[in-house]
Amino acid sequence: MENYQRHGLDRVFSALADPTRRAILLQLEQQPGLSVSELARPFSIKLPGVMKHLDVLGDAGLIQRSKVGRTVTVQLAPEPMQEALRWLQKYERFWSASLDRLVSYAEAEEQRLRSAEPLEKER
Amino acid sequence: MTSLTLVRHIAARPAVVFDAITTAEGISSWWGPDDGPVLLAETDVRVGGRFRVRFRMLDGSEHESTGSYIEVLPPERLVMSWRWTEGGEADEGEAESRIEIALRPLSGGTELSFTHCNLQTDASRDSHQSGWSGSLDKLVRRFALQAGEAA
Repeated sequence: MENYQRHGLDRVFSALADPTRRAILLQLEQQPGLSVSELARPFSIKLPGVMKHLDVLGDAGLIQRSKVGRTVTVQLAPEPMQEALRWLQKYERFWSASLDRLVSYAEAEEQRLRSAEPLEKER
Repeated sequence: MTSLTLVRHIAARPAVVFDAITTAEGISSWWGPDDGPVLLAETDVRVGGRFRVRFRMLDGSEHESTGSYIEVLPPERLVMSWRWTEGGEADEGEAESRIEIALRPLSGGTELSFTHCNLQTDASRDSHQSGWSGSLDKLVRRFALQAGEAA
């Protein structure tokens, strides 16, 4: 299986940064194997515009196109999403653990301050 | 641009939280993914000032990251660039990120919003400027998990 390098992940995220491309992916989620022209139908942009978006999605590895006779059909490809998800989960774990400890530390510091302060009438 | 946002409610006033994230003593007390020690924390808290944090994990591996401060607005806001200089993943390379911390007073304490933005390519920066600030992580999760189930 292909190993996605850092710049591959960049292509995934920048592919996802466009709302039309996200809408295309959502449509494919509901209706896998649509032809390119069926896929283009709900969008107000014309077919060449949709094809450009499909090229970006294809370069990012997010879709697979296959040709049967004269029809090109489109499917979602899961691997880049899973790679992107792994990146997000790794940093979520890293920061989440740190932030939990920051909370404990800051709350202890607050308690230390309050016990040293004279009582205030109102906050 | 990919970004990850985490929110915490802290029973401490904003100034206390701001100190905890900007002083060497504070950072040494919480930085890192596990209970391994922070070996070094240097902060020069002003726009353009640098910071450097080195920590050791419980598995013995050491990691270091550096960055510089982009916005400093005590006790409300802190923005800095951030990258690994040692012990990052092989596939991270020299990738630079941006960290934004916003502190909002709540009754009884502070709401901290922590955002890690990945901005290492022109494409990512352009998409950032075009106003895409949606929660990309939700979208990715949705597709990745669905694809994982289908597989």
